[in-house]
Amino acid sequence: MEGDIASMGQFLGAGLAAVGTGLAALGVGNVAATYLAGALRNPSAAASQTATLFIGLAFAEALGIFSFLIALLLMFAA
Amino acid sequence: MTHVATETTQLLAQATDATPDVMAIPDGTVVTEGGDVVHSAAAPYDAAADAGGLSFYPLDQFIVRPIFGPGGVFDPASPVPEIHWYTPTNVTLWLALAVLSITLLFVVGSRGRATIPSRTQSIGELFYGFTYKMVEDICGKEGLRYFPYVMTLFMFILFANFLGLLPMSFATTSHIAVTGVLGFGVFAGITVLGFVLNGPKFLKLFWMTEAPLMLRPIIAVIELISYFVRPVSHSVRLAGNITAGHAVMKVFATFGAIAVVSPVSVLAITAIYGLEVLVCAIQAYVFAILTCVYLKDALHPAH
Repeated sequence: MEGDIASMGQFLGAGLAAVGTGLAALGVGNVAATYLAGALRNPSAAASQTATLFIGLAFAEALGIFSFLIALLLMFAA
Repeated sequence: MTHVATETTQLLAQATDATPDVMAIPDGTVVTEGGDVVHSAAAPYDAAADAGGLSFYPLDQFIVRPIFGPGGVFDPASPVPEIHWYTPTNVTLWLALAVLSITLLFVVGSRGRATIPSRTQSIGELFYGFTYKMVEDICGKEGLRYFPYVMTLFMFILFANFLGLLPMSFATTSHIAVTGVLGFGVFAGITVLGFVLNGPKFLKLFWMTEAPLMLRPIIAVIELISYFVRPVSHSVRLAGNITAGHAVMKVFATFGAIAVVSPVSVLAITAIYGLEVLVCAIQAYVFAILTCVYLKDALHPAH
């Protein structure tokens, strides 16, 4: 094992940032699950709400992408 | 190994002697007996390669290279030369191919303007109808004036995403330089449009009249921040999704080098590729639909 404390911090930080993408996955799953639950209760209203579903998915996913970006920046740009 | 370690320690000791007030390993570079760098902060994955494991270079596929000459697309082993604004690079090539395919689909494919459309023309009509309905549903009738802009963005991103999925091709939309221009273009255009159409009333977008008076300034600050984060999230979402998908495929491709797991790896790549096709379409759709949502704010700023 060679290296220095700065590299260690870099890798630890990247790993911690990767946890954020997992948490965003929970958010995305929640959006999809809630949509499906609502759509099965009232299928006639489901089709009109797909645009809202994708907007919700996009917003939830963007935050996960941000933490992925932080991980990439730490790994390759720090 | 002990010898190498001793050698390294000596080198480090010399470095420390020479500059006593600097950290022993300023940039994490470790040099072996032979003088080759086994680990440096600039290329962290070299350490893994040295340990006898796999070498992962999942992000090397996003390097912008000139098409011709040394260090170009056909000579990836050499270092990338300096790139000027007029250098034709792989980004230029694949962006041009995206524009070319859209032109082929809409200009050449629909040239006949037949009442009973040919196969190519029906694909074009499908895209047109889909985007038209999307703009109409979200922005209303008056939003249809800006339909060509949304359509252009949607088709361009869709084709750039799909062309990036071809093996050995280059994913142009994985670069924030590309998506940033699109995202900030939407932001700038819609902000200007909002002020042109509504004048100072456009600022009502940030002033929630439904909220209690005490809370309104706080909400206005939050709304203002979220307004200025829009172009960043708009462009980073697209670039991040494409980068992440392509990097994941590359990582699984590297696992294919181990004989035991290579069948699983090939299956996994196939599955992820299918997912990526979906992601490419969804991200283009999301980019277009968010443009529509922002456009609606410019057309009707009062909530």
